[in-house]
Amino acid sequence: MNTTDHDEHPTVDGIPERERAELKDCQIQTIKNICHSFRHDEGELINILHKTQESFGYLPPEIQECIARELRIPVAKVYGVVTFYTFFSMQPKGKYPISICLGTACYVRGSEKIVEALKNELGIDIGGITPDGKFSLDCLRCVGACGLAPVMLIGDRVHGRVDPLQIKDILTLYT
Amino acid sequence: MSTFKMHLLVCGGTGCRASQSAMIVERLREALAASGLSGDAQVVATGCFGFCEQGPIVKVMPDNTFYTNVTPDDAAIIVAEHVLKGRKVERLLYTDPQHKTPASDSKHMGFYRKQIRIALRNCGFIDPENIDEYIARDGYAALGKVLSEYTPQEAIEVVKRSGLRGRGGGGFPTGTKWDIARTRRSDQKYVVCNADEGDPGAFMDRSILEGDPHSILEAMLICGYCIGATKGLVYIRAEYPLAIHRLQVAITQAREYGLLGADIMGAGFDFDIELRYGAGAFVCGEETALIRSMEGRRGEPTVKPPFPAESGYRGRPTNVNNVETLANIPVIFLKGPEWFAGIGSTGSKGTKVFALAGKINNVGLIEVPMGITLREVIFEIGGGIKDGKRFKAVQTGGPSGGCLTEKHLDTPIDFDNLLAAGSMMGSGGMIVMDEDDCMVSIAKFYLEFTVDESCGKCAPCRIGNKRLYELLRKITLGHGEADDMDCLRNLSAVIKDTALCGLGQTSPNPVLSTLDNFRSEYEAHIFDRKCPAGQCKALKHYFILPEKCTGCTACARNCSVNAIVGERRQAHSIIQNKCIRCGACLEKCKFDAIRVG
Repeated sequence: MNTTDHDEHPTVDGIPERERAELKDCQIQTIKNICHSFRHDEGELINILHKTQESFGYLPPEIQECIARELRIPVAKVYGVVTFYTFFSMQPKGKYPISICLGTACYVRGSEKIVEALKNELGIDIGGITPDGKFSLDCLRCVGACGLAPVMLIGDRVHGRVDPLQIKDILTLYT
Repeated sequence: MSTFKMHLLVCGGTGCRASQSAMIVERLREALAASGLSGDAQVVATGCFGFCEQGPIVKVMPDNTFYTNVTPDDAAIIVAEHVLKGRKVERLLYTDPQHKTPASDSKHMGFYRKQIRIALRNCGFIDPENIDEYIARDGYAALGKVLSEYTPQEAIEVVKRSGLRGRGGGGFPTGTKWDIARTRRSDQKYVVCNADEGDPGAFMDRSILEGDPHSILEAMLICGYCIGATKGLVYIRAEYPLAIHRLQVAITQAREYGLLGADIMGAGFDFDIELRYGAGAFVCGEETALIRSMEGRRGEPTVKPPFPAESGYRGRPTNVNNVETLANIPVIFLKGPEWFAGIGSTGSKGTKVFALAGKINNVGLIEVPMGITLREVIFEIGGGIKDGKRFKAVQTGGPSGGCLTEKHLDTPIDFDNLLAAGSMMGSGGMIVMDEDDCMVSIAKFYLEFTVDESCGKCAPCRIGNKRLYELLRKITLGHGEADDMDCLRNLSAVIKDTALCGLGQTSPNPVLSTLDNFRSEYEAHIFDRKCPAGQCKALKHYFILPEKCTGCTACARNCSVNAIVGERRQAHSIIQNKCIRCGACLEKCKFDAIRVG
């Protein structure tokens, strides 16, 4: 992993070093339990990561290290899998994670304009999170609600036929 | 379903659930209970009806009444009028925009008239979470027939005779695939259902899994018997929570009924099914990548041969079939391979499910016989182009396919014809585009997707697609050069010839087909610095028509970069090199004086 030459906050893949925390004992226990429920089988790594992300919300380096220890495999292998699949995130999500569908059906019905409107409204980029931790912004490919295109998800709720002008009103639903 | 006089079928697919269909189910039940009719009419949350454009859908049986755009507040009126008094609620009936008359039932709707539903036979008819309803519609009867009447080899012959080809994109004959897996010797073999539907804009497999999960289990059981496998795995996208839930329910119920487990139907055949979750990687739809992903590794494809049928999951012979392919299997055994082969075209038998989306009136899920023309699909079933615009292109096959144009409208759709036309069947996404869509941008859109989803293992795909994307981006930004089109073509040929897996080998298709069919659009971008569809922002040119401008100053006041100048009550003008093409002036002008060129 590469360290950049910013002395104050050396980063490991974009995550400021100072945010890396030691895991609490109860957190380590949670990870151990998950690995145990899959018989410490490295073939179940993806299922283990799914369960772990469900519990912790994201998969920071210290959690990956812990899983690697439990399964007796190199951290590089865990890291390789985490970064390969878009479903796994090394960044925390907002309280209300927003995902905009960029599938073809939504694209031809103007989802790019919604991305722009959300970026402006929240002042963050794709993959970012608002300073208050309320919203995070992501894109995904097709939720299969193409009849409602363009579509965005906030948490589990699907908002269909979204107009960029409605963005403000929709966001006020989540206060 | 016999004790009730009436059934209210409410669509419980992802699209309709997003518009509160679960609440409609609740309200209908409340309204029935309040009127003391709970014993007369049953409310069932079914799988997708396909008519997603006008959802949520409520269908009343036995008279096939088809209510569209239903809201939870309409529940009371449906019960009070239709259930109690037998009068249809006219306001909620579907009105065909062409004929302007409400369709009394679904049989009279253009959307359904040309469809033949085999893979979707139970979607929208049964409660997917109730195994008894599946059994009532001949569910698991095909399995019984196969186990009691056929040897594995005979059963495979039936599949071969039906002419069924893989619906995941490749079109490989299913019976032949099974036969290869059957002849391999191994202590363990696997049946894998590929439910990693990653094409942007395609939702066929998800709808089948949500609407009729047992048909997939039954087909996997039949396949297991045929090839000699005792283990089945469904590899499904984690992004499909509802489909996952319904599969889990179906597996539990099938185990309770002894349809999964040991000695199934007393035939001495053991089989069980487990789920494996994807994690958002398009390339995992490729079978070798899918197998690696199931083993908990990065989903990178491997060189074929060895094919999965020889060495697949955990090194054992593995047969991978797509969801829709499997959904056809039980029907082939029940109605006979000759019946199935009687539908469709010479080289492609049966039907194909398409997810019709984009700039079309009736967005939704359709199942049509192979050999139907694009014109019938788009203009009869799809109801034509939205807002009366002109048809420009239809994209089939997702990121691996191409754009077809007006000249292809009368081509019968099947595996071979679409390939010959420079596209492919793919898994069944069909995105319709109108005159406002820029084809260079569409090609760029797909390449951006491929660059994003390329696993990076082989250089042609990892580097080549990135270069293709950069060339397209350059063209849409107005920096295109004369030899860019040749460059795109040459690079595409190299990628097609040398990429490792199906993802890379087909990724240049969107570029090649748009170059073939819309060359003039590329030329306009490169030589005239114009985007004929007016989509490429960098090539837009805003100007004010002096004869229409009243000098109200609304545009100038709203221009964030002060690019609009002019005296009050005098015609204004835009300073082109200051304009950032944000379009704010266009929105503010009340006099239609601002144009984009």
